[in-house]
Amino acid sequence: MRRLTPYLLALPSWMWLAIFLVVPMVAMASVSLQTGNAIDGFAMTFSVSNYSDALGRYSTQLVRSLLYGGLATVAMLLIGYPVAYWIAFKGGRRKSMYLFLLLLPFFVSFVLRTISWNFLLSDNGILFGTLKDWGLLPADFHVLATTFAVVGGLTYNFLPFMILPIYVALERVDPRVVEAAQDLYATRAAAFRRVVLPLSLPGVFAGVLMTFVPTTADPINAQILGGTGNTMIGNIIQTEYLTNLNYPTASALSFTLMAVLLVGIFIYARALGTENVLEAAAR
Amino acid sequence: MRGIRTGDRLLHIYTWIVIVWLSSPIAVMILFGFNDKKSKSNTTWQGFTLRWYTELFDIPDLTVALRNSLVIALVTTVITVVIGTMLGLALGRHRFRGKGATNFLVFAAISTPELVMGASLLSLFVSGNVPRDANTIIVAHVLFSLSFVVVTVRARIVTLDPSLEEAAKDLGATAWGTFRQVTLPSIMPGVMAGAMLSFALSVDDYVVTSFVNGSTVTFPLWIVGAVKTGIPPQVNVMGTLIFGIGVLIAIANAVAARRRT
Amino acid sequence: MNPRLHLPRREAFRIAGLSAAGLALAACGVQGQKAAPPKADAVADFWSKQTKHGKLVFANWPEYMPEDKGPLEKFKSDTGIAYEYKEVIQENAEFFGKADPVLRAGQSLGYDIVVMTNGIQLQHMIELGYAVPLDHSKLPNFQANAGQKYKERAYDPGNKYTIPYTSGVTGIAYNTDHVKDDITSIESLFDPKYKGRVGMMADAQEIANFGMIALGIDPEKSTEADWKKAGEKLKAQRDAGLVRKYYDQGYIDAVSKGDVWLTMAWSGDVFQRQLAGEPVKFVVPEEGGTIWTDNMLIPKGAANPVDALMLMDYLYQPAVAAELDEFIQFVTPVPAVQDLLREKAKTAKGEDKKALEEMADSPLMFPGEADYAKLRSYTPLNNKQQQVFNPIFQSITQA
Repeated sequence: MRRLTPYLLALPSWMWLAIFLVVPMVAMASVSLQTGNAIDGFAMTFSVSNYSDALGRYSTQLVRSLLYGGLATVAMLLIGYPVAYWIAFKGGRRKSMYLFLLLLPFFVSFVLRTISWNFLLSDNGILFGTLKDWGLLPADFHVLATTFAVVGGLTYNFLPFMILPIYVALERVDPRVVEAAQDLYATRAAAFRRVVLPLSLPGVFAGVLMTFVPTTADPINAQILGGTGNTMIGNIIQTEYLTNLNYPTASALSFTLMAVLLVGIFIYARALGTENVLEAAAR
Repeated sequence: MRGIRTGDRLLHIYTWIVIVWLSSPIAVMILFGFNDKKSKSNTTWQGFTLRWYTELFDIPDLTVALRNSLVIALVTTVITVVIGTMLGLALGRHRFRGKGATNFLVFAAISTPELVMGASLLSLFVSGNVPRDANTIIVAHVLFSLSFVVVTVRARIVTLDPSLEEAAKDLGATAWGTFRQVTLPSIMPGVMAGAMLSFALSVDDYVVTSFVNGSTVTFPLWIVGAVKTGIPPQVNVMGTLIFGIGVLIAIANAVAARRRT
Repeated sequence: MNPRLHLPRREAFRIAGLSAAGLALAACGVQGQKAAPPKADAVADFWSKQTKHGKLVFANWPEYMPEDKGPLEKFKSDTGIAYEYKEVIQENAEFFGKADPVLRAGQSLGYDIVVMTNGIQLQHMIELGYAVPLDHSKLPNFQANAGQKYKERAYDPGNKYTIPYTSGVTGIAYNTDHVKDDITSIESLFDPKYKGRVGMMADAQEIANFGMIALGIDPEKSTEADWKKAGEKLKAQRDAGLVRKYYDQGYIDAVSKGDVWLTMAWSGDVFQRQLAGEPVKFVVPEEGGTIWTDNMLIPKGAANPVDALMLMDYLYQPAVAAELDEFIQFVTPVPAVQDLLREKAKTAKGEDKKALEEMADSPLMFPGEADYAKLRSYTPLNNKQQQVFNPIFQSITQA
């Protein structure tokens, strides 16, 4: 019985993932190699050209999405790390309160949040209108319908996913280790860089994983906050899937996107020097 | 020494700035729950009123949608926490065959864009003749929340000192007893974090839900549908109440934490 | 906890087996479903076998029915038919995307009436045989009260499968705080002096229509060469930095706030904002605009087609249509509504009176003959043409 324990524990999750993740993915892979259209039907032709066609047409949006996702991830790292640090080491008894407050806006629908941003960032609204009246901004300054708004929206919407894993990693660091490091090194910054930062890397990696993927694939922020030339690959996949009913192309694009993301993650893991990426990811 | 205290102070203030920044659109949302608007759109301020609070459930479909979201989120969280904790335990404590493959699956679940997940799930349900309703939504929500719970719980378990559990067993506790009285309390913070995350993800989800909901409407789905013609203030009020309850829980938690120590 | 979510081994194997079957299906390719149009006797045969069941499920767009469901309640008390009303349709594309796998598998959507806009997805529904042909002998109110134009829709000749629910006009909306001129021409959307302040619609059919109208081409009769020309004009507009964003529906907030100064817009949206006193004006360009129609149809596999047909016809009674239109504020297919609203205005008071009068007099809700003459439908497209049409315009809106 003892030896069976891990298998029994893992079984329900295995089943869930196998049935609802693996099977549909395999089916989708199959669709990505077919040709045809919604009316006349699809047939399996092993057409790898679906992939090359899709890449040819949409490489701009794919690269753009990686760029936006990358920028947002870096922004979230820079903004979120100090917060995770402070809560982990100085949050005291109120740690869970702070975490809860960070997550709280996300109990309210993202649509409401994004629409409220639309209102706040409006060209002549509360924020910019006032600044413009005071002459601090040129009259045709606008944030909405720009790349900045999209990346900003992505950063805003996924920040907790960066903060939480880093917090979890930092929280496990014994404060005495930090003290010892500060005694050893002349400056606090050095102590941080040499001791704390490396210890937090698994958390950083998890945070990057949980943010880079969804931000690169996100269609919503570009749709609501973006303007011309901000279309991301998520929007393209949505259009191919739902408007054009071009299932093979949509599936091919989806796999291409996932493949690119996985490659990116593995490269990053190598750079970090993590030996077993999968183990580290689950940390 | 002085430098350290200032640095801490700054970080403290910075953390609050970030929290406020994250909550700022919520402030707008709360404000417009008091807007005395006359037309269908709720984007210009037209006066203060409390009437939406009294007319909160005047839109039956909206009330149903909110209820659906809350129930689905609750069920999702329970399921995800149970099977996710189990898997986290297995991954963190035991060695078994297929561990690498399991890690990969968990990894894959996080890496799958929502759009892809939703579309592939819909095809599965259709070819399996499974009607799309609240149950299929729950299935989908558990699917994408699972990885988060597993990762969080596993991270916590890996840091636990196994000697405590061993001691319990030496003293004659059963496996279940050990779990309940030693392991579970130790991993509780991780489990709670996973539960909060799972609930938030479920209540907020749009993309995947829009594929597998059939005719069941959830809160985010209803709101997106109403964007075209103007979101009624009742939505703002509901959001305000959800947020308010959350704040109260946070405060209660902080008070209880102070008492605990 | 929901018992269905436990997976006893038997269930698990069954699902695994079905998934494998699904896989096999996917691997072999999905069968095409192009349906030949049904023969007349088949239609009559179908309807003769149907009876009234006393209930129905109506799937519609949001904000297309008054909150108190007045028309539906009246229907219930007059006919005894219980209704379920679900606002589950937000976009034609998305709705069709979800309905297609279900109908393709021969299953029922669970709806008896569905409302879709004329366009590509409605074409698909008809082409794929997903829409039940209507029995016009049971639609007397439609015959008597529908405007002539609504009986002659090019996308469904003879109203074989659909009858209109409401219509709308696509024209230009502009913010009067920022635009001091009177806009009359479609060329204003291409005017460099509004650089970065122009809104266009993301929908391929909408933007294609405007591109073609601006070149003097009739979209209803256009060819591939025409589409390419329109595409070039729209591309030039984009390259010149004129367009701030290609909108799905958010244009109305944007133009009300002044984030964009002029934009392609739907009449009803603008009317509602005008009623609220916001500084927006609507105009059908002199070169022409677009008229679209949201239509009721009975999807294949509907459980209660007779009841559905009865409701569809009921909504064409002028009094009921008036109550509907007063709320929706788009263009009703029943012309008699205009007079009814005027009469109601006479006995109303204060704000209600003012609102009703504005509605009855508004060319946005009741376009005049001159306006109608300028309005064009979307380009009719079959599946093959669609494969060519879409990329031309999507490459502009999604670049």
